[in-house]
Amino acid sequence: MIPSTDYIRLLPELILIVFGLLVMLIEPLLGEHNNRKGLGAIALMGAVLSILASFYQTGYEGAAFFDMIHVDTFSIFFHVLIGLIAAVVILASFEYLNLQQIRYGEYYGLILLSSVGMMLMSSAVELVLIFIALEISSIGTYILAGFRRNAPISIESSMKYFLLGSFATAFFLYGVALMFGATGSTSVYTIATTLAQGATPLAYVGIALMFVGLGFKVASAPFHIWTPDVYEGAPAPVVAFMSTGPKAAAFAVLLRVLFATEAPGWFWLIWASAVLSMTLGNIGALVQNNVKRLLAYSSIAQAGYILVAFAAAKDIGISAVIFYAAAYAAMNVGAFAVASHLANVGEKYVTLDDYAGLGRRAPGLAAVLTIFMLSLIGIPVTGGFLAKFYVFQAAMQSHLTGLVIIGVINSAVAAYYYLRVIVYMYMREPQRDVPVLKMPFALGVSLAACLAATIYLGVLPGRILDYAMASARVLVR
Amino acid sequence: MLHLALFLIFGVIAVVGAINLIAQTHPINSALSLVVVMGSLAAEYLLLGAEFLGAIQVIVYAGAIMVLFVFTIMLLNAGAEEQTRGSKVAIIIGIPGMVIGSVAVAWALIRAHTGAEVPVGSLYGSAQGIGHLLFRDFLLPFEITSVLILIAIMGAVVLARRES
Repeated sequence: MIPSTDYIRLLPELILIVFGLLVMLIEPLLGEHNNRKGLGAIALMGAVLSILASFYQTGYEGAAFFDMIHVDTFSIFFHVLIGLIAAVVILASFEYLNLQQIRYGEYYGLILLSSVGMMLMSSAVELVLIFIALEISSIGTYILAGFRRNAPISIESSMKYFLLGSFATAFFLYGVALMFGATGSTSVYTIATTLAQGATPLAYVGIALMFVGLGFKVASAPFHIWTPDVYEGAPAPVVAFMSTGPKAAAFAVLLRVLFATEAPGWFWLIWASAVLSMTLGNIGALVQNNVKRLLAYSSIAQAGYILVAFAAAKDIGISAVIFYAAAYAAMNVGAFAVASHLANVGEKYVTLDDYAGLGRRAPGLAAVLTIFMLSLIGIPVTGGFLAKFYVFQAAMQSHLTGLVIIGVINSAVAAYYYLRVIVYMYMREPQRDVPVLKMPFALGVSLAACLAATIYLGVLPGRILDYAMASARVLVR
Repeated sequence: MLHLALFLIFGVIAVVGAINLIAQTHPINSALSLVVVMGSLAAEYLLLGAEFLGAIQVIVYAGAIMVLFVFTIMLLNAGAEEQTRGSKVAIIIGIPGMVIGSVAVAWALIRAHTGAEVPVGSLYGSAQGIGHLLFRDFLLPFEITSVLILIAIMGAVVLARRES
């Protein structure tokens, strides 16, 4: 018998599955010419209910389904984060789908169902389940990337993401298999006790291969090559989703795999990957003229900063990762939501030249984007600043001076291309006539949410930080 | 002893089949090489004592899925693949990288002594044992796989539908 508390520990996922199916089932029942905007509201309701269910879980911490998932402060944090990302992206998609003539039912269904995978990734403590959850989240995003059916670039993006992503997943699976060979178990906690008695070379290879697979999912160098092409072609709200949700989930898995198992020998892997990601990401972004590509390179660099915190000592490093994941989600979803609104029909206006003079044509939108850019640079009063601050502080306390120096130099380089966007918006004359659509209400709400979260994390980080610290302690206990 | 010899023979056949699968340029030849790989893997499972898994491997992979592959190739009438001039970087970095990777994995496998080794042929993986694992310990992954399959079906529908 499965006790009923087990279902409560799975409640957010169950709600998302139910609503995902509901959206798909209702769509064909609506007539050919009926208004389909209600579907978005149903999907939004599903996401919000799953967030509430995650909060409800605080009273029901513990393992469920024969030690497959583990509900603790760590998993609840990521459940809420992923739920919020899904909700904001659904809001931002209301007008976009209409504009680009994308079918509603499958779109919302896929967003909800791939969120199921991401949420499970953050609570799973069994490598088999982690793998299946990873596949759910990945396959969902592969398909979402190709949703602009009449744009060849979108199909190309989906195809590239699918081929390279499957390749990377195979690495992860191979790593899991070798880990099973080395320890005789796929449960994170059993692996931890076995590894504590001494690790064989097999365990090292297993960890390295798992890192390759997860490194691809978080777009860290040298597994980042796919990122700009995929982000450029995929629909902008989908990019907002897949550059934050699956990434946060993959970082959660990486935290579990590396820290809960007390795995050996990953330090220099992470160190090298962090340095490469920061450097290649920032240098790549310097020469970009397409805003979506620019943000793609920026997200590679941001993954590098997060990896710096991995290399740092346990508790503070983990809490810095968690805090950074939240701040990054807020500012990145916001930036892509603005880009999706400006892109217009067929995503025609995505170059920096199209952003010229935006400060006069759409002052509100330009101001919002400016704040997200400042946060991505790491200017005080924004979440991005404190996130970077905690990451580098954690690295300093662990005596990783070299890594901190490289990181700070990179942050300075990064300021150039983020500021370039702001300079274009406020100080350049528009080259051609770029229409700016009226701001739809739903998108306004989603932008306001991102903005509020960015500022809140920058001004009053205390509660989130305490929570991140508590999660970190749960993880390494 | 016979078990070990058979195990090694089928192992070599599987690896040769896999290399041939990549080396062939015509999709049908590749698909037939895949049958060889799947078949010899089934034999390996049998030799390891996982008889249920071996049977499933033959029925599902070597049988159903391969038929599907061959049908698809025939329906698409796919010809031999065109050779592109492979980039130099891929050859210069890729081949040594592959060799180093394989050697590292092989070395780690040889060095691995977990104390839990079992001689070839002495395990017994029954349908009952698998059923117990699948519907008790691994119930959640088993059920969640349905979401995975559902997403894949949706993807096929979305990407294959003709836009009006």
